[in-house]
Amino acid sequence: MALALQTFPTVRDANAALKAAGTRYLGGGTLVVRAANEGDVLVSSLVRSTDPALSGIAVADGRARIGASVTMAAIARHPELGAIAKAARAVGGPAIRNMATVGGNLFAPAPYGDFAVTLLALDATVSTDDGELPIGDFLAKRDDNHAIVTSVSFALPKAESFRFLKVSRVKPKGVSVLSIAAALEQAGDGAVSSARIALGCMADRPMRARAAEKALIGKRLDRDGIAAALAAAGEGTSPITDPIASAWYRAEVLPVHLGRLLLT
Amino acid sequence: MAKVPVQFTLNGSEKAEFVEGGTTLLHALRDKIGDTSPKGGCHQGTCGACSVIIDGELKLSCLTLAETCGGTDIRTTSGLAEAGVLHPLQRAFLDAFATQCGFCTPGMIMAAKVLLDHTPNPSRDEVVEALSGNICRCTGYEPIIQAVLTAARANSQNAA
Ligand SMILES: Cc1cc2nc3c(=O)[nH]c(=O)nc-3n(C[C@H](O)[C@H](O)[C@H](O)COP(=O)(O)OP(=O)(O)OC[C@H]3O[C@@H](n4cnc5c(N)ncnc54)[C@H](O)[C@@H]3O)c2cc1C
Ligand code: FES
Ligand code: FES
Repeated sequence: MALALQTFPTVRDANAALKAAGTRYLGGGTLVVRAANEGDVLVSSLVRSTDPALSGIAVADGRARIGASVTMAAIARHPELGAIAKAARAVGGPAIRNMATVGGNLFAPAPYGDFAVTLLALDATVSTDDGELPIGDFLAKRDDNHAIVTSVSFALPKAESFRFLKVSRVKPKGVSVLSIAAALEQAGDGAVSSARIALGCMADRPMRARAAEKALIGKRLDRDGIAAALAAAGEGTSPITDPIASAWYRAEVLPVHLGRLLLT
Repeated sequence: MAKVPVQFTLNGSEKAEFVEGGTTLLHALRDKIGDTSPKGGCHQGTCGACSVIIDGELKLSCLTLAETCGGTDIRTTSGLAEAGVLHPLQRAFLDAFATQCGFCTPGMIMAAKVLLDHTPNPSRDEVVEALSGNICRCTGYEPIIQAVLTAARANSQNAA
């Protein structure tokens, strides 16, 4: 396996080098080097950037900006990112978390992408040198993306308004049967005033459960209140089938796990 | 393709090698430098047998390109024994029958070592979590967990 790796101090120069055919960006390498080890000949050369801007975490005025090269381990231990630490810890085992980057997670095909599911529920903004995109639009177009993601940013949720669940067969680590992230705001009487629910493994990439979100508005988080949302949870999904679970199984258990998450 | 120079510290000694582009650290360590303690089980990041410690962090050498390790401090299981005396983790693994075929052992020991470096007295759950990226097909894990807990106790007794 001969792979040329080019390293650039700035994102701008790395972006220019990425334009060549057969070239891919190297984040932590947990997917791209694995593909090369498996003999993926579509990757003939890799580009990376050591730009310090890619490795920073900044929290100010209730917003967090995380550089694309920041690892899951760095997020999990950051004192100001406690609300989402659980989602970062859900990715792989300890060594994978020391390598897996935020940038790479945005491109990880299902069953991977647990952290991207979280970012989707948080309505994050994805930044490249070409500008910023809402994460939903970014994910929809990611196969055509050729620009290096530099950072993601989002309003930091309060710990009590963010919920995350990863269902896997092997514990404590293991690939997702599915993952769910929910950002919920509740009025004083407990009625849901806004809801964003993102699902992993229910399509080839993270997706929003829009029908379930809509069905939750104005409802309380109790068995009766969430019933309509659970009934609508599968709308628009096309779950993956892989050695972990079939599409049928994932569709069957989605409402069960969404229910558990909403009632915790 | 032109070879690329790479220089790093391996278990305290300077190493300099020329590697082909795309060479993994696992390949460089085993086949170039001759440190065969990291094992290649899957080359996919799933088994943990290739685990090494780079600048204090547990990493998978099968998914790390050697070229990206320039200037780093790399530790492997072969560097643990000092003057022929086994490291407490190695001793505990032998005593607890935590190594059978031994293929997973160097990776397990690296994962356990970073745990104990940061958490000298881990709980059982912390040990399970720390080893969760490492697969063993022989022992059933329990002896490994016990060995790590035993090594932690031995360390804290020595420190006391
Ligand atoms: C054993 C194992 C277990 C895993 N478990 C999980 C899990 O539980 N949950 C999970 O979500 N994932 C899991 N993964 C998948 C993977 O580790 C993560 O998704 C990780 O976040 C990918 O990031 P990376 O930096 O390693 O990506 P890389 O492999 O470096 O890159 C992946 C893709 O993203 C592109 N890319 C990376 N960074 C950028 C950037 N800044 N700009 C533009 N393109 C970029 C690359 O070109 C490549 O196409 C696992 C992988 C392995 C091997
Ligand atoms: S050989 Fe690296 S994880 Fe299996
Ligand atoms: S001792 Fe054989 S794989 Fe663990």
